[in-house]
Amino acid sequence: MKDEHVPQHDISTYANNKKAMYAVDRNGDYTRIASSGWNVEETVTKQALEELIRLTDHAHKEVLAGRKSPLFFHMYDRRMDLHTLAQSTGLYKWRIKRHFIPTVFTGLSRKLLQRYAEALGISVNRLTALPRHEGQQ
Amino acid sequence: MQEFQHDHFAHCESGVMSLLLRHHGLEISEAMVFGLSGALMFAYIPFIKMGGMPLIGYRSMPKAIIKGLQKRIGVRMKLQTFSTPEKGSKKLDMLLEKGQVVGAQTSVFWLPYFPDEMRFHFNGHNLIVYAREKDEYLISDPVFENPVRCKTDDLEKARFVKGVMAPKGLLYYPEHVPDSIDYFRVIPEAIRKNAKTMLKTPVPIAGIRGIRALAKSIAALPRKDDRYARLFLGHIVRMQEEIGTGGAGFRFIYASFLQESAGILDDPVLDTASRKMTDVGDEWRQFAMLIAKAIRSKRGKKIDFEQISGKLQDVAASEADIYRLLLQ
Repeated sequence: MKDEHVPQHDISTYANNKKAMYAVDRNGDYTRIASSGWNVEETVTKQALEELIRLTDHAHKEVLAGRKSPLFFHMYDRRMDLHTLAQSTGLYKWRIKRHFIPTVFTGLSRKLLQRYAEALGISVNRLTALPRHEGQQ
Repeated sequence: MQEFQHDHFAHCESGVMSLLLRHHGLEISEAMVFGLSGALMFAYIPFIKMGGMPLIGYRSMPKAIIKGLQKRIGVRMKLQTFSTPEKGSKKLDMLLEKGQVVGAQTSVFWLPYFPDEMRFHFNGHNLIVYAREKDEYLISDPVFENPVRCKTDDLEKARFVKGVMAPKGLLYYPEHVPDSIDYFRVIPEAIRKNAKTMLKTPVPIAGIRGIRALAKSIAALPRKDDRYARLFLGHIVRMQEEIGTGGAGFRFIYASFLQESAGILDDPVLDTASRKMTDVGDEWRQFAMLIAKAIRSKRGKKIDFEQISGKLQDVAASEADIYRLLLQ
């Protein structure tokens, strides 16, 4: 990549940050250049973010309809999935899945709720409620 | 307060090592750190999933740069993990008080100075803590243009997340830094080893064979659900371009390393290899452009998977040529 081809597309997913790129100058020597982003990268980052929003929105509907516990929403809201949540809490996946059942979730001990809250980086109060949801950023 | 010279680099781990060693008096570029530690890689591991997607790596595993460099140039690093967050934070504060500048492994998601758009659950992010002011750490994060600040509680959380590649509070700093590097010995060693790994790996999921395996998986995507196929393609490019690769999945950084090495050793073959590696990097970027175009196309519109897969097969062939040249 030549230095003049280093993309400067001011992409939204950099949020005004710049990343260092390696490119060659007109003498063919490598230099580091701060890039405001490439629209190709923006496309794929946005795609991943949109997928997270889709999952979170879907989870919100499921909880609202009483089919899933708030834990199911908060997991996606914190950009996790069953796999990540299992690893960050140290709980088995089948156990977490049970806790997605609203009636099972309401019976959970304070200690277990605390464990989830900590892994998700939210308070127990927040965890046990379903927040109003206007779609995630 | 501790003085620290921040710099903006492409990749967190090689950037941190370059900054730490410079701080201790050994001038070494990020590209040289990257190249000497043999960090260039390709791995496609369908059975290890991250966020529902298979693991695709364009470089060696986290910590491989710290450890690879240590072995190669005789720097001795002190690495320490902790059983509890309290112990980990106490040790960090103690080191800072003594004037030590400390590398740390963290999770990107829990670092508030990262903008929301970049916060994903990735636990292998490296940064340098160089001072503490009240309840804030002063941080030199090489993938950011300027030094940043982070609340002590937030950094503790980011250092002690559990899960894949859990940092366990990892802290590191050099205990012994050599006065100079015997480039005439270590550069050829590192280049040969890296080229061999890329060409002759015994497993079909790493090196050039890994790139070809990924190309085959792309060709098989028409059999999958359309949403999955698009997410899979996007995932490949994210791993290649997002956060700290220097462009084209580290191929440009490596080309820079080859060029620097050509100058030091006065070796025209390395110059040729560097130019070829730049060309390969450009090919990787063309591959990424094909994918971006496919993703932007309307849902239901047929994606030309054969074309994308074919492009990746071409990349594999061009890259293999360079490693053969380097092994001559």
